[in-house]
Amino acid sequence: MGRTLAEKVWEQHVVRRADGEPDLLYIDLHLIHEVTSPQAFDGLRMAGRPVRRPELTIATEDHNVPTLLGPIKDPVSRTQVETLRKNCAEFGVRLHPMGDAGQGVVHIIGPQFGLTQPGMTIVCGDSHTSTHGAFGGIAFGIGTSEVEHVLATQTLPAYRPRTMAIEVSGELPAGVTAKDLILAIIAKIGTGGGQGYIVEYRGEAIRELSMEGRMTVCNMSIEAGARAGMIAPDETTFDYLKGRPHAPAGADWDAAVEYWKSLTTDEDAVFDTVVEIDATTLTPFVTWGTNPGQGAPLGSAVPAPQDTDDPAAAERALEYMGLTAGTPLRDVAVDTVFVGSCTNGRLEDLRAVAEVLRGRQVVTRTLIVPGSMLVKLQAEQEGLHEVFKAAGAEWREAGCSMCLGMNPDTLAPGERSASTSNRNFEGRQGKGGRTHLVSPQVAAATAVTGKLTAPADLV
Amino acid sequence: MEAFTTHTGRAVPLRRSNVDTDQIIPAVWLKQVSRTGFEKGLFSAWREDPAFVLNDPVHEGASILVSGPDFGTGSSREHAVWALQQYGFRVVIAARFGDIFRNNSTKMGLLPVVLPAGVVEALQSAVEADPTLEITVDLGERQVRWAGEIAGFEIDDYTRWRLMEGLDDIGLTLRNADAVAVYENGRQPWLPTTV
Ligand code: SF4
Repeated sequence: MGRTLAEKVWEQHVVRRADGEPDLLYIDLHLIHEVTSPQAFDGLRMAGRPVRRPELTIATEDHNVPTLLGPIKDPVSRTQVETLRKNCAEFGVRLHPMGDAGQGVVHIIGPQFGLTQPGMTIVCGDSHTSTHGAFGGIAFGIGTSEVEHVLATQTLPAYRPRTMAIEVSGELPAGVTAKDLILAIIAKIGTGGGQGYIVEYRGEAIRELSMEGRMTVCNMSIEAGARAGMIAPDETTFDYLKGRPHAPAGADWDAAVEYWKSLTTDEDAVFDTVVEIDATTLTPFVTWGTNPGQGAPLGSAVPAPQDTDDPAAAERALEYMGLTAGTPLRDVAVDTVFVGSCTNGRLEDLRAVAEVLRGRQVVTRTLIVPGSMLVKLQAEQEGLHEVFKAAGAEWREAGCSMCLGMNPDTLAPGERSASTSNRNFEGRQGKGGRTHLVSPQVAAATAVTGKLTAPADLV
Repeated sequence: MEAFTTHTGRAVPLRRSNVDTDQIIPAVWLKQVSRTGFEKGLFSAWREDPAFVLNDPVHEGASILVSGPDFGTGSSREHAVWALQQYGFRVVIAARFGDIFRNNSTKMGLLPVVLPAGVVEALQSAVEADPTLEITVDLGERQVRWAGEIAGFEIDDYTRWRLMEGLDDIGLTLRNADAVAVYENGRQPWLPTTV
């Protein structure tokens, strides 16, 4: 019987297999940031253990960093960042600190350097590590105990998850993005639908996506409960990687591409579960509740709790969100628009936002935050920042920013945002803040009207 | 890791689904670089509401959390596990858990017990009717027992053994250091390094 892509990559990384035990899996790349690593380094120090392969490890500062120039004012945040610096120096790990040209959100910099490649195993103490699966590897988030385990051994014991195919047939209609697609998928299968699975996204609509779009889709796999999402590599993947600083070159490139081409699910392979989505029926999609599965087409209304799968949860969510069932989503007014994060903080996202904002004015507080310093540089080379500033939006330094309430960019209690990030949990963007997850295009149009809006609604 | 064999204690019924790790411990609490002091952050936003179940004095000293489905979804922060443990919880019972949370729990000796949704609800109701109800979670027998009721649960043999012995995962893996070295010699030559 044939094998799925996930099975091929998994098998390639099994260091040891024994009856009644999880597989011991080799890890090709370990990404680190300041929040989930300090206690792991402490563990190594206490046990007198070195980092086994510092040259397969890379660190960045992202969650705590302010996106306005200047030092970190919060002493606790500053200590956390300084602790990362000390740990990286002591254990010999490459670090891209604030202000460095290579700094950025951990899931943006890996692909950007060409460190994220097909067929690899990649982990990070961050649940959105699933992003890297867009290149056809197995990438998943881990906790701090596992971070320590990988630092010490470059391996992880793990049971192979079951496999799920999400088949997206047809083409996405004009104006419908990768973000709308993944929000619709999560609404369909639920926040627990992917638990215990590695998801492979397949089908015409997936093949047509750029690498940026594929990363957006894989990024949010975890919001459907799946630790990992992946997409088979193809010419789009190879074109993206070619010439990047850490991509193979010369004869190595040819050998790598030949191997990468074998990384597809065999025709006769069987998935444990198959979910089918018709891309042609999709429209811009937004969330109304407090988990990413509580979403609906922008053209619809806030649902009545009794019409949802979990009425008690929906009722709580509407109360928290300050919404009334039956209100058209297009009538929901927001205070703040946030463009950024590892979901939608890449150059393609910023270009899409600029296209909408060109020659228009924003009426809300609008934060546009590049996912990395390189994205910032590229955007500025194209003059996108001028478009943003002319429209009245704020153009910031790279970081996680308003994706989570750990740095100065937060919502005030009761404040409502349209956000291109990935989580609308209670308090995610600041205590009492209310989040609607949207695509970059919807974020930009919403900034112009002050209500949830798609670009097509603008005259 | 603290070994887990069997535990008897009182429970807190948390009648909410999708309890994500941002609720278990909000991001502002994650800035500390130590491993202690996280109990103050446990459910800190929800605890501001005097009616929140954890604030009910009848549940003081409870060590078993009985939650709605999809407990521990979202962020990978192991701080969620530390916060629950440092507050005094030894066991979380739910119909479904976020994968990363469940993994993190078993690394730290906090036992995640999966029971069918109907059983979880019955248990919640039993605790609401009698908050002094004693519940026993027996990992050796893979059973939860209360007031004459017995509910079996599944957990793989390896994780159960590791929890019952309180074994450090890294130590176990280092016993296979030779296999890791052999594997490393056979890795594809084009794979990237960060240098
Ligand atoms: S941008 Fe948001 S989701 Fe991504 S790593 Fe940062 S905090 Fe996490």
